[in-house]
Amino acid sequence: MEPILEINGLSLSFTQYERGTRRRSLPVIRDLSLSIAPGEVAAVVGASGSGKSLLAHSILGLLPYNSHLEGEIRFLGQPLTPQRTKKLRGREIVLVPQGVTYLDPLMKVGPQIRGGDRTEQARQRSRRALERYGLGTETENLYPFELSGGMARRVLIASAVTTDPKLVIADEPTPGLDARAAGRVLGHFREIAEGGAGVLLITHDLELALTIASRVTVFYAGETVEEARAADFTQDRLRHPYTRALWHAMPQNSFTPIPGTQPYPGAVTEGCLFAPRCPSSQPECQRAPVPYRPLRGGRVRCLHPEGGEVP
Amino acid sequence: MTPRLNQRQRALALLIGAAILLMLIAIAGLCLNQAALITDFSRKNLPPSLEMPFGTDWMGRDMLARTLTGLSLSIRIGLLTAGISAVVATILGGAAAMDRRLDAALSWCIDLVMGIPHILLVILISIACGRGAAGVTAGVALSHWTSLARLIRGEILQLRQAPYILAAQKLGISKARIIQVHMLSHLLPQLLTGLVLLFPHAILHEASVTFLGFGLSPEQPAIGVILSESMRYLTTGKWWLALFPGGALVAVVALFAQMGQYLRALLDPASVHG
Amino acid sequence: MKHRLQFAGKKLLRMITLLLGVSLVTFLLMAASPLDPLQTNVGQAALGSMRPEQIARLEAYWGVDTPPVQRYLGWLSGFVRGDLGTSLLYRQPVTQVIAQRLSSSLWLMAVAWVFSGVLGMALGVLAGACQDRLPDRLIRGWCLLVSSTPAFWLALLLMMIFSVWLGVLPIGLSVPIGTETAAVTLIDRLRHAALPALTLSVTGSAGIALHTREKLVEVLECDYILFARARGESAKSILLRHGLRNVALPGITLQFASISEIFGGSVLVEQVFSYPGLGQAAVTAGLGSDLPLLLGITVISAAIVFGGNLAADLLYGAVDPKIRRGAART
Repeated sequence: MEPILEINGLSLSFTQYERGTRRRSLPVIRDLSLSIAPGEVAAVVGASGSGKSLLAHSILGLLPYNSHLEGEIRFLGQPLTPQRTKKLRGREIVLVPQGVTYLDPLMKVGPQIRGGDRTEQARQRSRRALERYGLGTETENLYPFELSGGMARRVLIASAVTTDPKLVIADEPTPGLDARAAGRVLGHFREIAEGGAGVLLITHDLELALTIASRVTVFYAGETVEEARAADFTQDRLRHPYTRALWHAMPQNSFTPIPGTQPYPGAVTEGCLFAPRCPSSQPECQRAPVPYRPLRGGRVRCLHPEGGEVP
Repeated sequence: MTPRLNQRQRALALLIGAAILLMLIAIAGLCLNQAALITDFSRKNLPPSLEMPFGTDWMGRDMLARTLTGLSLSIRIGLLTAGISAVVATILGGAAAMDRRLDAALSWCIDLVMGIPHILLVILISIACGRGAAGVTAGVALSHWTSLARLIRGEILQLRQAPYILAAQKLGISKARIIQVHMLSHLLPQLLTGLVLLFPHAILHEASVTFLGFGLSPEQPAIGVILSESMRYLTTGKWWLALFPGGALVAVVALFAQMGQYLRALLDPASVHG
Repeated sequence: MKHRLQFAGKKLLRMITLLLGVSLVTFLLMAASPLDPLQTNVGQAALGSMRPEQIARLEAYWGVDTPPVQRYLGWLSGFVRGDLGTSLLYRQPVTQVIAQRLSSSLWLMAVAWVFSGVLGMALGVLAGACQDRLPDRLIRGWCLLVSSTPAFWLALLLMMIFSVWLGVLPIGLSVPIGTETAAVTLIDRLRHAALPALTLSVTGSAGIALHTREKLVEVLECDYILFARARGESAKSILLRHGLRNVALPGITLQFASISEIFGGSVLVEQVFSYPGLGQAAVTAGLGSDLPLLLGITVISAAIVFGGNLAADLLYGAVDPKIRRGAART
């Protein structure tokens, strides 16, 4: 089946000033690739500061003007040009943002969801969407500050799905929610995917991602290091040392912390970014960029992947 | 072809250029102090010409020399008053951030000072000091500290709660060192920008109050005095008496304001403009 | 509702203490002045030729012989009863002088207040919406130029252009000289107030425009704008629906805060156009050491400024849903 979203070799950098007059280019995403099939929940997992949110903004064409984007993004087989993105976003490609700060504090929920469309049709659509998530019509008359955390999250999801989108990008949709509420929210995304749409779940929480995603792309310092099936985690078929370390850092596994810290975007080196923290790093790892290669039904960016050499 | 400068390098170059230009005006004015007072009735009421670019007045005084002298005076008084204001603002803002009762008192004082229309306050303080140069200097210096004091107070309060300051305290770093290393390094740029942005206001208020007759004495070739005198000759068509001195004042004030903007752009680490 | 009334009461109380403070500070400043009102108003030569009892009588008239504390308390007890004393220069009750002057100034200031607000807001929104593009650069340049221009020089410039050079508008005064008050038409009033009002509007608009621009730029960088764009709202819709809405609140505060500046500008502009308003009276009172009048004008203008701040606070509470609904719930 044709993938809904396909990203190949995406790189993003910002022009920035250091203190004083020196200007530099700051790479935040390097050589990122991923794809999402219809009906699939694909997760992108990475620590905070790894450039995950910017991935969502890149797809939606919402980057600030001092950014520079390279690579290819395809939606339903066609490249996403700025004009096409403009037409599609909010209709076929939608965003579910992180929290209540993404709602205009001075506008009631109803008009906000409808986005300026005053037709009766829009009114009905927004009412149905709210109902779908257990929110009554009275919600439409509330201001964002009157919503509880869980309600705000459901409003954000409702506002995204009023138009029957083909691709839903959920950017860290669960922080601040307890485990049960978070589970419910993720359940909503599962439902959306079952309806035939693709869901891109961007999160720092591997555990949550694994509860609904069928495939997980792991992000490290702006680079994709591995693409794995959910089953690869439990069956110990992981390819990259960082993914493995992430998995082992989870409380229900061995709860082993990863030594060291993720490098800052500016301090990025030539070779493997994880090499300084990698237990099985070799001298050649830090010499040249490591290619992203297919391996055992997934992909990996490692010269010496776990469980065998690249064929 | 010279390499294209980026925005920050351009800002720095313009900042330095503006500072040098203003300094030259200040010095030129000082040197022309005598020339500004020479009266020569053989050349009175001359419109602008190549020889006398700004023309002469009804006493045959060279308006270019008078304007430059006036600008120099304005710049010097502006520097003095803005400097005093900044010192007052730092002391009061800092004191308010240290003690809650002082804070409430200062907030009341700031509301009071801001409640009196600015120019009235300058006039009142100037009267209290017997008008003249001392009066206008005191008036401008003692009425411009409010917004900067508020800014500094807010910054210090925010800084005291900043995680890295709290962490430094936990690490047992001495109070003096925290203030010196962490707080000052953050406050100084703000203070410097605030100071430069005070100049335009100070200069404008000095000129305005002098124009109204509460400032520098009529014998001095201040811009306010020159413009106030020019009013009597406007209806007879002596437009150059008002146009050039006023325009020159606007240019000087705009230069100072622009310097403040450049400085802010340079010192603000968050500005990312490509 | 109770909450809101308490809020308004507290503000009102603070306003009263501030007004007392203003009157005291003004009085102290005037009393501390080394300038001798007799010398400024009567003149050294005239004083020299006067008999001592004449001088004593003048001293009593100008209040020079009364101890300052007694003078201030006397003024305060009158103030509470609504009596601001007698103007020494105009030889009329201060309330009467102020009422007369304020009525012609109020016109001017109200027009300038509305125009500077509308013009400033419009320019600020336009500049903010076109951030860093040509319209923004032009507007910012214009605002820099205007805010660097002393109001009195702009007034002189406009007078040179319209009254001297083009000859289309009168040079000064709020009504034609020698006209009976009854014979003054609205057109006359407008013609005479046009240039002062224009000057004040232009000078006042620059600050409002720059602040509005800054606010709008700040708002447009907010998360909810990003989300509105992600929902497919057009740039125009975002500006009109979200931008203006969120700029309006700080705009209220800004607009009311500009009252003080408009008043300050009117002092200068009225002087240039010899417009017989409150500002001109303030200058006359200041130059002539007319303590009761200057004190009265300062207190009244401060009351107007504080009243504006209070109005802004109350209006803010009525518009901001957080305060409106938050208060309704408790």
